[in-house]
Amino acid sequence: MKWIAILLLAGIGLARADSPQRVPPLPKYQQECAACHLAYPPGMLPAASWKRLMGSLDKHYGTDASLDEVSVREISGWLQTHAGTYKRVSEEPPQDRITRSQWFVRKHSEVDPHIWKQAAVKSAANCAACHTAADKGSFRESEIQFPKGLDARFRRNWSD
Amino acid sequence: MSCIRTAARALMLAAALAGTVWAGTPQEQLSALSAQACRSPSAAQGQQFFNATHGREWSCASCHNAQPTGEGKHANTGKSISALAPAFNPERFTDPAKSEKWFRRNCNDVLARECTSAEKADVLAWLMSLKR
Repeated sequence: MKWIAILLLAGIGLARADSPQRVPPLPKYQQECAACHLAYPPGMLPAASWKRLMGSLDKHYGTDASLDEVSVREISGWLQTHAGTYKRVSEEPPQDRITRSQWFVRKHSEVDPHIWKQAAVKSAANCAACHTAADKGSFRESEIQFPKGLDARFRRNWSD
Repeated sequence: MSCIRTAARALMLAAALAGTVWAGTPQEQLSALSAQACRSPSAAQGQQFFNATHGREWSCASCHNAQPTGEGKHANTGKSISALAPAFNPERFTDPAKSEKWFRRNCNDVLARECTSAEKADVLAWLMSLKR
C-alpha cells in the first residue's frame, strides 16, 4: 500500500515540474470566464496582472465582463493563489496580455503572423485553434494540430 | 394606472418566488420584463433590435448570429457560443440573475448603455418565437 502512495506522490511531483500551470480550474472561473474565451491557466500571468485584470472587468479588453462582487472575490482569490511565480511569467506583459509575454512570443515565433488573423483561428488568444487539449490546461507539443478550416497554403511552414 | 398595478404585482410575485426556489422559465422572465416595460412585447421589434448596430461596432448578431438557433461565435475570441433561442437550448433564460448579467454586459458592448426592459422583452419575445 505504501509504495502506491509513494508512486502517486512522485507522479504528482513530476507533473508539477513538467507543467507548472496545470491547476484544476475553479468551477466559478470556468463558468464565468470560459463563456467567452478559453479558461487560461492561472499560471500564465503573474499575480499583479491578474489583480489589475480582475479590478477592471467592466472594461475587459474592450468588452464588459463585469461580475457580482462575490464572484469577483472568489475568482480573484483563486487566481492570486495559482498565479505564475516561476521564472518565465515573473514579468508583467504589456497590457497584461498572455499573448504579449516574452515566453509566448518566443514559443510562437515560427507561426506565420497571418495565421492569427484567419477566420479559422481568429486571434492568438484562441489557443484551442491549435492546442487540442488547451481547455484542459494542457499545451503539450504532441497535442498541437493544424487548425480545422485553415487555408492549406499555411501547411508549408507547419510541422505536424 | 393598471400597468403600474400589474408591474407591482409582478415584482411582488418575483419577490415571493425569490424567497423560495426561483427556478424561472423564459415565459416567466418575459412576463416580468413586459410588466416592467408597461407594454406587451413585440417580437418583430426584437428581431430588428437584435440585428441592428446601435452606434458601436457590434450587434447582438455579431456573436449570436442573425438566426440564433445554432452555435454562435464570439466576435473577438472565436470561442463557440451555444444557441440562444430557448427552443434550441433549454438552459437559456431559466435563471433570471444569469439573464440579467448577460443583458447588462452585452447591452453595454452593443449600445454603450444598459437595455431598457422594453428592449429586453422584445428580444426575448422574438427568441421565444423561434421554433424547431
